[in-house]
Amino acid sequence: MNMPATKMDIETAAPVSAAAPVVAMTPKRPPRSEAYARMAKETAVRVIPPIVVIALLMLVWELVCRRAGSALPPPSKVFKDTKELIVDPFFDHGGIDKGLFWHLSASLQRVAFGYSLSAIAGIALGVLVGQSVWAMRGLDPLFQVLRTIPPLAWLPLSLAAFRDGQPSAIFVIFITSIWPIIINTAVGIRNIPQDYRNVAAVVQLNPLEFFAKIMIPAAAPYIFTGLRIGIGLSWLAIIAAEMLIGGVGIGFFIWDAWNSSHISEIILALFYVGIIGFVLDRMIAGLGKIVTRGTAQG
Amino acid sequence: MTAYLKLDHIDKVFTRGVATTEVLKDINLTIEKGEYVSIIGHSGCGKSTLLNIIAGLTTATTGGVLLENREVNSPGPDRAVVFQNHSLLPWLTVYENVRLGVDKVFARTKTRAEREAWVMHNLNLVQMAHARDKRPSEISGGMKQRVGIARALAMEPKVLLLDEPFGALDALTRAHLQDSVMALHQKLGNTILMITHDVDEAVLLSDRIVMMTNGPSARIGEVLEVPLVRPRKRLELATNATYLKCRQRVLEFLYERHRFVEAA
Repeated sequence: MNMPATKMDIETAAPVSAAAPVVAMTPKRPPRSEAYARMAKETAVRVIPPIVVIALLMLVWELVCRRAGSALPPPSKVFKDTKELIVDPFFDHGGIDKGLFWHLSASLQRVAFGYSLSAIAGIALGVLVGQSVWAMRGLDPLFQVLRTIPPLAWLPLSLAAFRDGQPSAIFVIFITSIWPIIINTAVGIRNIPQDYRNVAAVVQLNPLEFFAKIMIPAAAPYIFTGLRIGIGLSWLAIIAAEMLIGGVGIGFFIWDAWNSSHISEIILALFYVGIIGFVLDRMIAGLGKIVTRGTAQG
Repeated sequence: MTAYLKLDHIDKVFTRGVATTEVLKDINLTIEKGEYVSIIGHSGCGKSTLLNIIAGLTTATTGGVLLENREVNSPGPDRAVVFQNHSLLPWLTVYENVRLGVDKVFARTKTRAEREAWVMHNLNLVQMAHARDKRPSEISGGMKQRVGIARALAMEPKVLLLDEPFGALDALTRAHLQDSVMALHQKLGNTILMITHDVDEAVLLSDRIVMMTNGPSARIGEVLEVPLVRPRKRLELATNATYLKCRQRVLEFLYERHRFVEAA
């Protein structure tokens, strides 16, 4: 099928190429400076597009919101209004009048606590469901229903149970982030190749050794997928939960700014929330990369 | 003949719902200590199922496996397996893969230093000591299989079970590894049971070749003695009359009397 087509191509192309001017060949080994130039070019290719897009968006934002009577402030005003908060994130005037650092760190502490609990419980339950057919039959339908409940729907119930904002917020993070961890761990455990189980059987590993030496490393890529989704969800949940429970925390900072009509502060807080969410995601992904270094199929 | 490993009237029936398939029918075989026995047959005849039964990874429906007159029906390091696709754990180094078995088998009988030395000794036997800190993804297919052999040998098995150990390798690597296994068998005197579908490999390596009929209900069709003296040299055997006769017998069995018919 291809043969006649290529032949025709050659025939039709021949007269053209004969008329084309001779092009000088590039040298076989480009000098070092050229290698650097190429590296710089590759970096520029990655960095310049987002910068251009951001600059354009800022410009549009500035133009749209600059008009008098605009509901939202333009970027220049946001920067002017929040300069103090940006420059000094560490002030503490007592109560909830603190710098952004303290709000963010309070939120992060809640996330760290709730997320750690859900990571431990989630992996344990995931192993149980992945390993035992009966546990899966019993628990999986329950998980499938519970995981669809929105995070904030848990808040009133946990406030009723704990009678305090702090443990309630932690519980909301826990219950939000545990489902993807359970489900992904279970899938990872179920997908352990039979070969590895055979090796463990021949060597006669006991259940505890099997868990530590085969199960966890073999399922690690799946577990980290769950952990990564989980950290994203807990960061989503904490902002919403803090808006309702009050106190120190970036969620309530946003709500408080809205109540005081400090729209610029809301925008600054959103910027920080986005950056921290991104960093948390990268951290778990990076940790996963280190831990699962050897598990790629070889 | 002293029975070291004895397969006694093994039947294996797979049941899925109401459908049952008889895979193996009345398998009887005795293997002497130090013997090298190959099981050959077309794919799907249940060779691997038989090996899994001996290894204890599957149970026979009826009948059983006797090792030194004791019934074995669960997996253990006394019947170490070299798996077809090496089955090294990718997150462990070459050394750690071998060490995993050694630590379990010699937990009480060897000190830590002795176990370390024993792992290295076995890696040396398969000429893989140089790659001790490499991960399986960093070494070639033949090297992985060498490590798989070292891992099995290091457990000091009574019977070494090889499940098509060279099947996934290219011809040159395969020949090289076959020579290594022959040398190891010569040196250590292991009892070896090998599953294969390669006629030359079976004749070259084995003392006896067990030929299986096609499944379902595969039986042992014929057992052929290979009366070639050891050590055997691949090149010299190429023109050896006995070798050619044995090869002929196996080929006749596989391609004339028990031709592989694709399931219609």
